[in-house]
Amino acid sequence: MTLAAAAGTAAHATTTTAAETHGFLSPTGVEIAFLLVGLVTLGAAIITVTTRQLVHAALWLVVALGGLAVEYLLLTAEFIAWVQVLIYVGSVVVLLLFGLMLTRAPIGRSPDADSGNRWVALAVSVVAAAALVWVVADAFRTTWIDLDGAPSGSTEVTGASLFQHWVLPFEALSVLLLAALVGAIVLSRKAKDGAATGARATRRDSEGVR
Amino acid sequence: MNDVLDVALRLLVVFVVFLTFPLIVGQTEHKVMAHMQGRLGPMYAGGFHGWAQLIADGVKFAQKEDVVPAGADRRIFQLAPAVALLPYLLVLLAIPIGPGEGAVGQVLDAGVFFVLAVMGVGVLGSLMAGWASANKFSLLGGLRTAAQLLAYELPMLLTAASVAMAAGTVSLVGILDAFEWWWVPWQITGALVFFVAGLAELQRPPFDMPVADSEIIFGAYTEYTGLRFALFLLAEYAGIVILCGLTTVLFLGGWHGPWGADGLGWIWTLLKTAVLAFVVIWLRVTYPRLREDQLQKLSWTLLVPLSLAQIALTGIVKVVIR
Repeated sequence: MTLAAAAGTAAHATTTTAAETHGFLSPTGVEIAFLLVGLVTLGAAIITVTTRQLVHAALWLVVALGGLAVEYLLLTAEFIAWVQVLIYVGSVVVLLLFGLMLTRAPIGRSPDADSGNRWVALAVSVVAAAALVWVVADAFRTTWIDLDGAPSGSTEVTGASLFQHWVLPFEALSVLLLAALVGAIVLSRKAKDGAATGARATRRDSEGVR
Repeated sequence: MNDVLDVALRLLVVFVVFLTFPLIVGQTEHKVMAHMQGRLGPMYAGGFHGWAQLIADGVKFAQKEDVVPAGADRRIFQLAPAVALLPYLLVLLAIPIGPGEGAVGQVLDAGVFFVLAVMGVGVLGSLMAGWASANKFSLLGGLRTAAQLLAYELPMLLTAASVAMAAGTVSLVGILDAFEWWWVPWQITGALVFFVAGLAELQRPPFDMPVADSEIIFGAYTEYTGLRFALFLLAEYAGIVILCGLTTVLFLGGWHGPWGADGLGWIWTLLKTAVLAFVVIWLRVTYPRLREDQLQKLSWTLLVPLSLAQIALTGIVKVVIR
């Protein structure tokens, strides 16, 4: 959702700026910073999936997601950047760490952490990345963000574009999330009815609802 | 050059505030707790009423050996205090204490989101500490921290959203610019929910089960000694300053007061923050610790519905007065 919104904002706000004044051979400071942060993010993401230490993977994910937030900031999308930190770094990673700690979180390497599916996963991720890069590069080829003009990624601009041009996807996503919420409740209630082991099942159940 | 100087000066002021205010709150806690419990508290360090006790504590912490347990994950163990402390420094940058550009470290367009997002990152420090210590008590503390975060984050966000709705902006400075005195009764439910949820975030009594010294021996911080332990403590007190400052800015009108809005506004901010900090200490002395499941129950059956009701009320009033 964040990515779509960011893309929408950028597309909406920047299509008017001219492209011919910019070239790839004389990068500005912001562009260099963008590239460097991007490299760090990519590196952290690769370590996340290759490290043998489970909790380290989650912490490298923090670096990758934080790097993404910095990229949003450099693209002037301040609101999106903070929401990225709030949702992904503040909540999703905490949930991940909570799950890891609750199940198994050995210090040191976990030799059995490798999945047999990794080559398929690699193929899928490469295809997905190629598709995304192609779409984004094709859509934003000639658009540049005017850093000196009016802010193009402020909360106001983001909100306006979200609720004017992107209302339908936004509402569709809300319904999807609501369905997931109801589904989670239904699943956890069923577990309670099915299991007759009493207190333990009830506790599991309330854990699940949380 | 002037811009650089301006930025440097602002950073310096914020840094000094960051270093001194938590200590003042800590010293106040010593004294207030002592008086509420009918004892003197530290009286000797520094001569007058033991004012230098925290400095002495700091010197003591600095002298202690910095121990890393043999079984611990060294690097994460050592990194954790910084992750716990730095977010609060960043948040302090965005809290306005007076009207105008000069009284805030950095004016942010999405200030509310910034402060809540960055405050949430600080919890990662406790989680890292709890996991990396290779200690059962620490792991339990980390688990409780995480469970607590999942419970209080939602009501905190919802009540902050209610204020943002009332003001029509998510900028902290913008919210204060739009503030009217009748917002206080209008948003009072939200204020209480925000403050209680904030206490849970800071792991302050009565929500201090992640550190519960009498059952899991300070939880995530069990294995920490010396300066790193002091950094965690500093993070807690910095958190009190931040939470009270934020509640002041969001719900109590910040620099607005019955008089002296121009020029003396920062005094109002500091005064309200100080009163709230006193309440935080007062609650610590007054209430017994809740159980972890009692916090979950409080959060999901009371705080979340209350904050949703607050949002509904805000929406209704907003439509009516338009």
